[in-house]
Amino acid sequence: MTVTDKVKKLFIILTILLASNAVQAQLQIEIISGNPSALPIAIVPFQWQDATPPPISSMDEIISGDLYRSGLFKPMDTADMMERPVDEESIRFGTWRLLKVDYIVIGSVRTPVDGQGHELVYQLFDVHTQERILSQITTVGPGDLRYGAHRVADAIYEALTGVPGAFATRIAYITATGLGSDLHYELVVSDADGFAPQSVVGSPEPLLSPAWSPDGKKLAYVSFEKGNSAIYMQDVATGSRELISSGKGINGAPSFSPDGRKMAMALSHSGNLEIHVRDMATGRLTQLTQHWAIDTEPVWAPDGKYIYFTSDRGGKPQIYRVPPTGGNPERVTLEGDYNARASIAPDGRRIAVAHGRGNEYRIAVWDIETERFTVLTPGVLDESPSFAPNGSMVLYATREGTRGVLSAVSADGNVRQRLILSEGDVREPAWSPVIR
Amino acid sequence: MKTVWQLTLAMIIALTLTACKTTPEAVTEPTPEPEPTTDVDTKAAPDPHDFTDVRNFDNPESLLSKRVIYFDFDKSSVRPEYRGIVSAHAAYTAAHSSARVTLEGHADERGTREYNLGLGERRGNAVMGLMSAQGARGSQLVVVSYGEERPTCRVSDDHCWSQNRRVEIVYTAR
Repeated sequence: MTVTDKVKKLFIILTILLASNAVQAQLQIEIISGNPSALPIAIVPFQWQDATPPPISSMDEIISGDLYRSGLFKPMDTADMMERPVDEESIRFGTWRLLKVDYIVIGSVRTPVDGQGHELVYQLFDVHTQERILSQITTVGPGDLRYGAHRVADAIYEALTGVPGAFATRIAYITATGLGSDLHYELVVSDADGFAPQSVVGSPEPLLSPAWSPDGKKLAYVSFEKGNSAIYMQDVATGSRELISSGKGINGAPSFSPDGRKMAMALSHSGNLEIHVRDMATGRLTQLTQHWAIDTEPVWAPDGKYIYFTSDRGGKPQIYRVPPTGGNPERVTLEGDYNARASIAPDGRRIAVAHGRGNEYRIAVWDIETERFTVLTPGVLDESPSFAPNGSMVLYATREGTRGVLSAVSADGNVRQRLILSEGDVREPAWSPVIR
Repeated sequence: MKTVWQLTLAMIIALTLTACKTTPEAVTEPTPEPEPTTDVDTKAAPDPHDFTDVRNFDNPESLLSKRVIYFDFDKSSVRPEYRGIVSAHAAYTAAHSSARVTLEGHADERGTREYNLGLGERRGNAVMGLMSAQGARGSQLVVVSYGEERPTCRVSDDHCWSQNRRVEIVYTAR
């Protein structure tokens, strides 16, 4: 059984378990196109020394799954492991070299001295040099074993690629299930691997445009539950929510500033859709654009110096930017018929957009310095790009037949994976910030 | 509605019977015009061109019965063939100050959701502008954009897209 098969089997088991608990359908993930230069790594099953019974999904499976889905790693199947060392002394590096493994991870799970939660104790070795690259203890609370495994995957990813991992993060997305008058919308938050879906809000009326607060605790979104668009902000853990904007016309496209003190949004109470900035402490609203065009989809640069937005002031939708204090907007994307809904990479230099040409919409990344597009996806109705907080991947919405599905593509376009809900549409993904 | 049809039917039968009965006697004894003539004028099918007549909402002959305006891709100008429908509703709304209309703007699935909200609103505003210019009061009209969230057709092709790019004229009060 390959890792893919194992991952699939695991998803099926968990999907059934979740269904039996009347929890909603969860995302299933599969790699569509892989990376031939992925690093071979062996995550040896962790020794279970914990006082509690072991969970259904083992630590090594979760870590291997994470690394595999990044496209940069080729984790070895545990069935192919001829031995399962538990400490440094018992690793026979020659054997692993013969198995063509470059890196090996060994570890254990134990109960901390205070009896609360779990400790994941692990080490990462270079099989060729026999050097120990990483030796760590990750402590997590009771019930947070999956989170702990994602943290381990993050550390391995960072040690071997130089880029922080983004596995211990979450994603928000909108689902639409049912037909006609039974149509039901839901804003869902799950782990970045699609597990542990949790409904944030449900409605018979459309929900759209979820946006994370920079601390990853709140989500802003648009709901039509009152018959017209309105912006709400909701605490993911407690469920408490606040109405942010419900003026005349459109109340759309919320986006938090990097410090969380302000929110940019698109409002049309003036009669035309314009970018506004709201001070979250005082509620004071500042209008940032003043143009007959459609100005929408504002998003803050990571350093907070600009707000990027979509405008058709030049005739067709393109990305523009303006300082949050106001000024003359300048055009950013210079090529293509249709560029909209920007997501800015954490380095601030790349902008993922829905890039339209004729009837085909693909996800493309605009490099601000070289002024060039790299098209990442095959189309044909791809939209809502959302960069991973480490910039390694872009999550986006696409179609399979008449059905909406999510996909993720590596920032270089080489690896793609599909996240499928067992029924209905899934759309508008938003990748959370790194939650430390 | 049902009573209107019942009355109309009754009138037709009455007229037919009268016609049958009078024919043989027509030469010798001219009968006066049947009594209910005035009733026929007010209760039969309404003049489809009278856009102030509420009955025309359900009269397929009248433009008032048509309440969806379709648009070209990424466009918000009302095409010439739909101006008559807009004018009919403007005339009705202008004549009935209690009438309230929601103009629901919609877009097809191509392009981003928030941009399409803007596009739907722009279409709604275009219809509102035309109606206002023809006497409907601003307080009677409200535009709500659903963008691409409420398609009437779910296939990704030109026909479906053309059905989804629309403004629906919805009366919340007649």
